[in-house]
Amino acid sequence: MALDQSFVGRSYPPTDPYEVGREKIREFAEAVGDTNPAYTDPEAAKALGHSDVIAPPTFVFSITFKAAGQVVQDPQLGLDYSRVVHGDQKFAYTRPVRAGDRLTVTSTIEAIKSMAGNDILDIRGEVHDEAGEHVVTAWTKLVARAAEEG
Amino acid sequence: MTAKISYDDVEVGTELPAQTFSVTRATLVQYAGASGDFNPIHWNEKFAKEVGLPDVIAHGMFTMAEAIRVVTDWTGDPGAVVDYGVRFTKPVVVPNDDQGASIEVSGKVAAKLDDNTVRVDLVATSAGQKVLGMSRAVVRLA
Repeated sequence: MALDQSFVGRSYPPTDPYEVGREKIREFAEAVGDTNPAYTDPEAAKALGHSDVIAPPTFVFSITFKAAGQVVQDPQLGLDYSRVVHGDQKFAYTRPVRAGDRLTVTSTIEAIKSMAGNDILDIRGEVHDEAGEHVVTAWTKLVARAAEEG
Repeated sequence: MTAKISYDDVEVGTELPAQTFSVTRATLVQYAGASGDFNPIHWNEKFAKEVGLPDVIAHGMFTMAEAIRVVTDWTGDPGAVVDYGVRFTKPVVVPNDDQGASIEVSGKVAAKLDDNTVRVDLVATSAGQKVLGMSRAVVRLA
């Protein structure tokens, strides 16, 4: 079923702050096998000009995708999440995420398209720090595959 | 930002050192925990097959995380990444054995941009198939 076009441009309220912890960054870096010391050693991060350990570039997706849950699970939108696959992902960084950040996400529906029975949803997540400064924007394209016939 | 590669030392066509990343079922369980993505298609073979997949597949975001390492290992400073985007074109199928799957990633400088930044185009394949499309990063060099 095609999604309601009137949802395009709708923004959802900012999420409660997510506090980025050093050990969470370490856990993520270990899970992707990345031994760059900027993720685990504050001195190494400082040598690169960062005030604390930084997170790998895709770390923030866990936060923005959880925020996108507001959109995905909006009963009024009516997306069939069981049929959703991740189509595209893009990030634009003002600065890297770092330990100690308290990040909020504001999600906006940028586009809704219907192609060959698939619903395609573009969600933008704007991530700001506690001071209200922009950190990163994440664009997530979700594709809800058409239900099988009969 | 103090990337170890100098803007003046790279040209369009400069190749970044290619890397191969291995991924087993254990890797996916660890990534699920670290990322909070517990979708069963990434760890439950029965579920994956029921929804029409050939087997358990890697998280697309796992592949995206590995691919950018070719760039961040090259520059040294992961904070130098300005922009990064991919399209998930094919899944990385991860069999239930000791070998798992491997993801091969190469990259080359596609454009020199303003402000000491370059665009790197990445190619990621697994089992001979391209798993990421439109995979591009903009990174600031020294």
